[in-house]
Amino acid sequence: LGAMAAALERALREAAAALERGGDGAAAALGAVRAALAAAGGPAAFGERERALFGAFLRSLARAPRAARPEGVWQGCFLEGPPGLALCVLLEALASPGSVRLGEVIEVLEQFLQEGRISALMWEVCQQQAQAGSPELQEALLNKIVCLPDHVSNKLQGKNPAVFFPQNYFPLLGGAVIQVLQKISDSLRGKIAGGLCYRDGSSSEVSVHLVCLPIFSSTSEEILSVLVPRLTDLTKSDCIWQRICWRLVECVPDRWMEAVVLGFVQRAPGADVLSRLLGNLVVKNKKAQFVVTQKVLLLQYCHTTAVLQNLLGYLSLDSLRRALLIKVLQELLETWGSSSAVKHSPPEQQQYISKAILICLSHLKEPEIESCRQELLTSMMEGVKCHLDSNLPQIRRLGMIVAESISSKINTDGPVLKFQVKVIMKFVWCAGLRGNKSFKSDDPGHYSNDDDLIPYDMSEDKELKIKAPVYIRDCIEVLTGSEDVDKWEATVKTLESLVRKNPAATREVSVELAKILLHLEEKTCIEGFVELRQRAQVAVLSTDPIPVAKYLTSQFYSLNYSLRQRMDILDVLVLAAQELSYPKSHRKTKHSGAQNPCIQLLPGSDSSKDWRRIVDERIKSKTRRFATGQSQAELASGPNEFNSVVGHFFFPLIQHFDRPLTTFDLLGEDHFVLGRLVHTLAILMYLAVNTVAVTAMGKALLEFVWALRFHTDSYVRQGLLSCISSMLLSVPTERLLQDMTEELLETQSWLGGKMWWWCMPVFFLLVMQFLCSISLIVIVAVMS
Amino acid sequence: MALPPPDPQFVLRGTSAAVHTLHFSCGGQEPGVPTLFSGSENGFIHVWNLKTHRVDTELDGHGRKSVYCVETIGSKNRLLSQGRDQRICLWDLAEGRTSVTDSVFTENVGFCRCSLLKVAEGRWLVAMAAKALEEVQVLELPSKTSVCTLKPEVGAKLGMPMCLKLWQLNCGSQPLLLAGYEDGSVVLWNLSMGKVLSQLVCHQEPVMSLDFDSEKAKGISGSSEKVLSIWSLNEQQNLQVYKTHKLVNAGIADITIRPDKKILATAGWDHRIRIFGWKKLKPLAVLDYHTATVHCVSFSDHKNPSERLLAAGSKDHRISIWSIYTQT
Repeated sequence: LGAMAAALERALREAAAALERGGDGAAAALGAVRAALAAAGGPAAFGERERALFGAFLRSLARAPRAARPEGVWQGCFLEGPPGLALCVLLEALASPGSVRLGEVIEVLEQFLQEGRISALMWEVCQQQAQAGSPELQEALLNKIVCLPDHVSNKLQGKNPAVFFPQNYFPLLGGAVIQVLQKISDSLRGKIAGGLCYRDGSSSEVSVHLVCLPIFSSTSEEILSVLVPRLTDLTKSDCIWQRICWRLVECVPDRWMEAVVLGFVQRAPGADVLSRLLGNLVVKNKKAQFVVTQKVLLLQYCHTTAVLQNLLGYLSLDSLRRALLIKVLQELLETWGSSSAVKHSPPEQQQYISKAILICLSHLKEPEIESCRQELLTSMMEGVKCHLDSNLPQIRRLGMIVAESISSKINTDGPVLKFQVKVIMKFVWCAGLRGNKSFKSDDPGHYSNDDDLIPYDMSEDKELKIKAPVYIRDCIEVLTGSEDVDKWEATVKTLESLVRKNPAATREVSVELAKILLHLEEKTCIEGFVELRQRAQVAVLSTDPIPVAKYLTSQFYSLNYSLRQRMDILDVLVLAAQELSYPKSHRKTKHSGAQNPCIQLLPGSDSSKDWRRIVDERIKSKTRRFATGQSQAELASGPNEFNSVVGHFFFPLIQHFDRPLTTFDLLGEDHFVLGRLVHTLAILMYLAVNTVAVTAMGKALLEFVWALRFHTDSYVRQGLLSCISSMLLSVPTERLLQDMTEELLETQSWLGGKMWWWCMPVFFLLVMQFLCSISLIVIVAVMS
Repeated sequence: MALPPPDPQFVLRGTSAAVHTLHFSCGGQEPGVPTLFSGSENGFIHVWNLKTHRVDTELDGHGRKSVYCVETIGSKNRLLSQGRDQRICLWDLAEGRTSVTDSVFTENVGFCRCSLLKVAEGRWLVAMAAKALEEVQVLELPSKTSVCTLKPEVGAKLGMPMCLKLWQLNCGSQPLLLAGYEDGSVVLWNLSMGKVLSQLVCHQEPVMSLDFDSEKAKGISGSSEKVLSIWSLNEQQNLQVYKTHKLVNAGIADITIRPDKKILATAGWDHRIRIFGWKKLKPLAVLDYHTATVHCVSFSDHKNPSERLLAAGSKDHRISIWSIYTQT
């Protein structure tokens, strides 16, 4: 071996001299070096001395003139020599190209990559480390590998070959890492086979540490997409590979840990695979633990459900990690149950947390639940309360779903929390089943083989529909006292059309009917019951607006109503106001009124129509039209029915909001109803356009808005803004200026001064719009 | 999958009033056309030609008061009809005549159909609700002599008779009367003694209709409830409930067992005609054609079984004619 080394040394010296001299001798000298290199058994056999000499040789080769470097031979020196040295020299040449042209360097580098010298380099580094080489040097070298695409592209200004694109280069690098790991695993296997103790693989494990460096210090996306599937395959049934993989992730430095863990979690096809790949990393590494238990679950919410399932499944697969799972669940529940979080975090995040809770619950086992039952119960109760308080329907639903799951999980024997949403569904389901059963008993097949008569299909033999009452008073009777459920159902379905058809009869009993409808509850499961009742209520209210509106508005502020009923009142008022103020519906009601005989008796109505028709025809016959387009259809006109009654809708609602009752506190807990009230007022204001009372209403509304301007609930504040906008739309400008200048300026200063208060962009836009329109109005005032 | 129920073979229109009673006359010896008699609410009796499906004759004998029972006596030329004018009329229709030959003033204001039974050649018994509220009177025709008056015991509280069925086991034996009452009970009367032989509470509501099969000694009754009640008569002349059958909708206006005792038909308030096998009361078909209460059902007396028809008259002014289970 010594002789070989000496021969190589001699060849190197001669080659260096030949390069100095230049000329034809160089080619022969280079050939001699390559031969000596091969004879010495490759760069692996190099000692310190040989490395230093070879390094000097490569550097002089890089500086040598074109003529001294025979094509094909000098590249071979770089590709066959020690890869670390070769790369360093090439990079130096790249940084300051001397006599070697840039293109040549790139070509050699490309070959270097494609011939798998990177994995050879990494393997070399591992070996040197095992022999206690300088770690800084090696780390610097690996960093250079990682930064290679950047270097090249900086140098070439975007004209670099495809192999240096990150999407090609990093998978290559990943492949190289796998190759090195393969070698490590082979050497470990060799040691075990050779009778060495398994735990004595420390040197190889350290080397794993360095291998992992380039993986994670760079854009980990591409490398992980190569690495994770390969590792998934390799660790499937091989404990050595598993061990290598665990070691690999454990060695990741803290600053890269998050990217690595997330990458693994996102790419692993299942929780069991993740568990195989990561081992007990979360228990051993603080940073990984933080990422898994806090960051991904509580601070981020962009991940898919599959990621959540992976992550929580991973936690549940080992007894050491299960403790973490319980801890995670408690923290999730704490967030879920925190009223501040429910109020201020986006619905998407709450949905994400709810999902995580449900997945956690599904992984928990009976004894574990037993140990934390009380805490679960407490946080569930808190969570339910603040979810049900929310103004957003999806948050309320979320709260109910999660609470039901928790409850069914913790109360295995006792009563379980059930919300009506599902109860109704189950009821429908049961009803369907029962229907099927009764059909079966009717099934003629039951009697078969008794008689030779073959029955016909009798599935159409269903119960006859019950006739609905024809008079409104009958309806009242049925709705108040009837035990006949079918009749009751038919009445609810037909009531609206009855009321519309018989306005006179309705007026006789309107308030009574309104009262019954307000208290009407669903006796049986009717499809669309709420809508049917609401339509009937609207019909009654629009048929006889004043007394019914008086009744409803007074009931809004009276004792012993549920929030649902109070909101029903608001909805009905809005819908009826809309109907009354809408010209088309006016024509409709007039049409139904025409069926009323007493109108037909009026002698004047017909003749006046004729008169109008005759005049129109005369005008038409004497008019020449030059326009070629279609003549515009005339809009039906009629008096605004809402005009005379708008006050009864609006003022009683606005009067009592600040007087709390024992069961109803608008300014306190029941801010949801307050929000609805504010929105209702805004709509009424909008619908009151062109009515006489609109100015007085606008004034009262601004007062109202002023009183509530610092309300904490965003839904209420949004309603206040729509109040202002509809006020600006409805009240005529000259009225605004003459009668409401003070209030207007006040509002303007509030909107302008408290801009920071409106944290949501929608609000911001609205506020800006109002400010503009108010300013415009004020400017107009000043001008005039 | 069972076959869908058949459509009516044809429909007779033109009574211009609700049809309350139907009676076939198709099995006569003489080579005549098959005929269907219908009595309607406007007091007319229509004689339908079942070949042409047209009205042959229109009889007006009840003062425009509803006719609720029509029967032939012996041949299709002699007709008995009962109307709301409290009269039972006997018609002579031979040779195109349309005259009332005789009439009985029943003085009864109810809706109870009379029941006719041939006891000997040229001798008939007719049972009808009498003037007194709870009584049934039996007359002999054509002599109109009273055979007996059936009075419930004092305090029995049966209410008015609602439906009657005169029958005898075989020719020459003692005629008996089954009567359904307002309180829901069915009573078997012995005519010669004028005594109650047996009483059975079949329904909670008035018995609307009943029919009896003397061969099997089994009868069926329907009421305004959702239940059909089948009862039997044992050798000790005792009525016993045999079984009940629950219906989908309440109210049975009429029940008729086909003369061959194979099937029976019911006329429902739910606008539907139901067909059952008589042996086991196996539901066979639900004929849904009418748009209002069906008032009456009747089977034809064709000699040839394959020609047999079922007719149903309804409040919707129509008479539907069906051909169903004719092959058995």
